[in-house]
Amino acid sequence: MDSASQSQVADPTNIAWEQRKRRLLPYAYLSPTLILLAALTVVPIATVFLYSLVDNVIVNPNPPVFVGLENYEEVLTHRKFRGALSNTMYFSLVSVAAHFVIGLSFALLLNSRLLGANVKAVFRVIYILPWVFTASIIAILWRLLMNPHGVINFVLLELGLVEELQEFLSDRRLALNAVTFINIWSGYPFYLVSFLAGLQGIPDDLYEAGRVDGGNAWQLFLNITLPQLKPIIISLALLDFIWTIHQFTLIWMTTGGGPMRSTEVLSTYTYKAAFSSHEYSIASTIAMVILVMCTFVAVFYVRSQRMVDE
Amino acid sequence: MIGSRREILTRKFLLWIALLLGACFAGLPVLWMVASSFKSNLEIFAYPPALIDHSFSFAAYEAVLSDPGQLRFFFNSYLVAIMVTICTVITSILAGYSLSRYDFPFKKALSLVIIGVQSVPPITLMIPYFGLIVWLRIYNTYTALVLTYMVFTLSYAIIMMTGYFNTLPRDLDEAVMIDGGGSFVTLWRILVPISLPGIVAVGVYTFMLAWNEFLFALTLTRTNDMRTVPIGIHLLMGQHSFEWNQMLALSVLGSLPVLILFLLFQRYFIAGMSAGSIKG
Repeated sequence: MDSASQSQVADPTNIAWEQRKRRLLPYAYLSPTLILLAALTVVPIATVFLYSLVDNVIVNPNPPVFVGLENYEEVLTHRKFRGALSNTMYFSLVSVAAHFVIGLSFALLLNSRLLGANVKAVFRVIYILPWVFTASIIAILWRLLMNPHGVINFVLLELGLVEELQEFLSDRRLALNAVTFINIWSGYPFYLVSFLAGLQGIPDDLYEAGRVDGGNAWQLFLNITLPQLKPIIISLALLDFIWTIHQFTLIWMTTGGGPMRSTEVLSTYTYKAAFSSHEYSIASTIAMVILVMCTFVAVFYVRSQRMVDE
Repeated sequence: MIGSRREILTRKFLLWIALLLGACFAGLPVLWMVASSFKSNLEIFAYPPALIDHSFSFAAYEAVLSDPGQLRFFFNSYLVAIMVTICTVITSILAGYSLSRYDFPFKKALSLVIIGVQSVPPITLMIPYFGLIVWLRIYNTYTALVLTYMVFTLSYAIIMMTGYFNTLPRDLDEAVMIDGGGSFVTLWRILVPISLPGIVAVGVYTFMLAWNEFLFALTLTRTNDMRTVPIGIHLLMGQHSFEWNQMLALSVLGSLPVLILFLLFQRYFIAGMSAGSIKG
């Protein structure tokens, strides 16, 4: 285009070009994101779906055979799958409920007017501490504490709460509760910080008005604090539920799904099906089931989020 | 409605009890881990247990820090986490700018996809990744880890960046546009410098996610010279005898980078944590 000598605005081809450029610009800025997400989420999800419909995928001398939904039938009716599903649900629901209670309690404590700013700052750091550690370190830490000869057993024994040393992580009656407890410890700070931010956003006038109406602390909490935090509670709980449904590392590093599959969750079950048994079709099918569960929850989560103004 | 002096004192007392109980719940396990890393392996499960005992020494730390194999885990973790952070920050600035400043067809659908990626379970992606990464000939490389980590760091990063740009007035960029600056100039010269707090928040949070990743590092690397710290700890656990004090020393050293970032950039860190649930 020899527009150098002409006025740029007067050149019609230039205007058209500028307009097109302007229209494509937002996509250009998004293109690295879109390429990455297409290559590393859309294509893989399509692949794993395809695998779930086929037998003999990946390392298998026999040619792949299309079997439709047979894998799903096999997985969904399998005793091991049902066990893993019920463990996952127990683990997730108890974790989410406990995270909520602990996170909110700590946030209310830290939000108290009776504490100075420095005290709050110190305790806030301590309370958030568990969030800083990665799952494999949390696993080590609790294997140390929950060891039959570890300090928790010592304390319980001294207090007379147990009569013999407990194998928290290798006793099939205790293991699921033990890993759930560890997950509760490691996850509540996420709620704590969100609630702290949320509590600071509640206008004081609301509480003033509530007090004028003669409400006591408990009534103020029920009628003002909880309703005001409701949007945060909903999105936190949904996001946390999604995360705990596919929690892998913590369980893999503490119990590995054992003993006797008593802590087997869907993610460890998938991992074993893929990398121990090399049943990639079955593993893909379970992976799809987890994806569907998470997507189902995510639909509600996305609805509660508004990144782009309407 | 101010209660009597005595009532306030009682409430303060109860509050402090609750605060200290909470601090024990959160902090004592960590304290015990740090203290145990200074014990000898024999004394870790001594009866009765003591926080600090006669075997106190830095031997476990010396063992970890003098082992080239374990130092390599740290090198790998730093390299991968820093690369992921840089790539995520740049990509999310570009994407956030687009979502914050432009209106275009499919904008809403695309932003929903970006939010939705947060909920894709890594375990679902793991099986196809294995094949894909081998096919791309990047199995057992840093590239494989950086690219796959970005899948789950980008979503938060873009939500945070878009939210941050949305708080900046549009008059700013329009002034530059009128002066003849292109959109990229506007972004680079105006928005990026004043968004530094938001960018730091994204960076710190991304670094933490990348430093802590486990599943992809486990499945997409094969040789020990490519392993990261979380996998290194896993490997130590699998060995013949449990070198508890070394594992704990490695864990403490492995937590330090994130802990230091957390203490230095607490405010930004918290912004990252609550980004998914509050503002969006």
